[in-house]
Amino acid sequence: MSSLRAMSLARIRRGDWLTPRVAVNAVLLAVLALVPFYASLTSDPFLVTLFTRVLILALAALSLNLIMGFGGMVSLGHAAYLGIGGYAVGILAKEGIGSGFVQWPVAVAASALYALAVGALSLRTRGFYFIMITLAFAQMIYYVASGLDRYGGDDGLTIYRRSRFGAFVDLDNKTQFYYLCFALLLAGIYLVWRIVNSRFGLVIRGARSNERRMRAIGFPTFRYKLVCFVIAGAMCGLAGALLANHTNFISPAMMHWTRSGDLIVMAVLGGMHAMFGPLIGAMTFLLLEEALSHVTDYPDLILGPLLLLVAIYLHGGIGGLIGARRG
Amino acid sequence: MLYFIEQFLNGIQLGMLLFLLAAGLTLIFGIMDLMNLAHGSLYMIGAYFGATFAAWTGSFVLGALLALIATLAVGMALEVIAIRRLYGRDHLDHVLGTFGLLLFFDELVRLVWGPAGLTLSLPSEMLNAVQILPGLYYPVYRLVIIGVTLAVALALYLLVMRTRLGMLIRAGASNREMVGALGVNIKLLYTLVFGLGAALAGFAGLMQAPILTVQIGMGENILILAFVVIVIGGVGSIRGAFVAALFVGLVDTVGRAFLPDLLHDYLSANAAATLAPALSSMMIYLLMALVLVVRPEGLFPAAGK
Repeated sequence: MSSLRAMSLARIRRGDWLTPRVAVNAVLLAVLALVPFYASLTSDPFLVTLFTRVLILALAALSLNLIMGFGGMVSLGHAAYLGIGGYAVGILAKEGIGSGFVQWPVAVAASALYALAVGALSLRTRGFYFIMITLAFAQMIYYVASGLDRYGGDDGLTIYRRSRFGAFVDLDNKTQFYYLCFALLLAGIYLVWRIVNSRFGLVIRGARSNERRMRAIGFPTFRYKLVCFVIAGAMCGLAGALLANHTNFISPAMMHWTRSGDLIVMAVLGGMHAMFGPLIGAMTFLLLEEALSHVTDYPDLILGPLLLLVAIYLHGGIGGLIGARRG
Repeated sequence: MLYFIEQFLNGIQLGMLLFLLAAGLTLIFGIMDLMNLAHGSLYMIGAYFGATFAAWTGSFVLGALLALIATLAVGMALEVIAIRRLYGRDHLDHVLGTFGLLLFFDELVRLVWGPAGLTLSLPSEMLNAVQILPGLYYPVYRLVIIGVTLAVALALYLLVMRTRLGMLIRAGASNREMVGALGVNIKLLYTLVFGLGAALAGFAGLMQAPILTVQIGMGENILILAFVVIVIGGVGSIRGAFVAALFVGLVDTVGRAFLPDLLHDYLSANAAATLAPALSSMMIYLLMALVLVVRPEGLFPAAGK
């Protein structure tokens, strides 16, 4: 049993488990669970659409945070997995394979394979060079997608039918789609929590703080990091499949490098060392963007400097503010 | 053969522009250890200033000079207001902060100049093509770009290698703390270096402006190319940036020009038509990945790094 889990169990026994962070997370989950109800009460279906997007991008940011926050592998090419997952769905749909039972596993498998190839090459480098090589591979995928004339090239491709899951879930039903995304995000958070607190996760976190020492005591850190990288890629590929179903559209623009930048912003904004950080970050970023676009025609004029201020003054992101005093 | 020479010149021209961007980027990286995603925004601002001032003054050269000074001022102000506070921080903070700046500048340009692009028209004598070889005509302006950027590169070389300021810059690149300890005003030095980088980027933007349309987001793709250049050349090395910029410019341009025909010889017409555009855009990234795998520090790693 790892130290973190032991610590949380000890907290529960002592009875002081209700830390501010736990309280905030619980409120957050309750709010997210009630969004469709609130939307139907106020008959504002756009709210469900907006929050579905929040959940999907939170899943993508969560996968990035697994390698970046816990593994110290800063990838500026993470949007490539969104694209690969999305294109898997779009291409299969165009070729007449509409079943989600085929589309989604293909999306996940394709992303995992791509991550394996990219990871095997780029994990030899570190720091700035790692950032740049992940970016380079994402750019290549971007241009591959632009060159796919059959699937829309630069203009992208409309997906006329969302993935079909027979009688299990109907993605055309906004509420069902929302709760599916919610469930997948929760599963993702649980998975990341289990990974980070496992022996495997300890090796990854150890390699982040001192890789040479981890190797010296006998851990083949490269292999551990590669597996972690592939898991993150697969998870983000799933987010890509969700995103394609959400927007009914795929295009190279979804993997432009600035989209990878957005994902980094979300992960950092929410606080990288917290399990719920990516969700908080994605929600803050997207809701802020939405709210600002109602107030002004130039939302980034405010959003941009805000990000700069967060970078300068808030080391742990917004998540770091919550319960920061407890050390 | 003539076509090859023409494409070769185009490659040199792209390479020289990339060098202007990459030189500033690599200096800022080497000396302040700052990863600046907003460098492309300065390129964009240079182009917008160039188009605006040229329209005001009615003279391309005068407009370009004014734009250069304005971009320098913007760069130095940016350093004093914001960038300075990011020194010594994690690269991730740099990514977050400068990404915010990138969003800000794109939006600011949209506010000031509107969402539609601008065009910068050239003086008529630069529009013509001259015969540089029997049967080969080449646009004057592209030759001007090559000449002017070469002159700037030379001036930059002299500045860095032959002046007291250059000596401090080189010293800062190899050991920041020691330069500060010796009583050099390191804050001022940083502001100057950042301003110099901004001016070089803005200069690249305004030189490119008459060829491309001046539009929002124009800096975002070329920024990535500039990053590729400094990775291949070795972070912090101006000489490396120069060689790598020419290399990347040539590979990209010549690849785009000749890869389709080359593929035609080996593949079916259909496959070649699909593959060629993607593959020629990918070439420089493949090149960079290759360089990183073989020589993770780049081709010309800066001394003391």
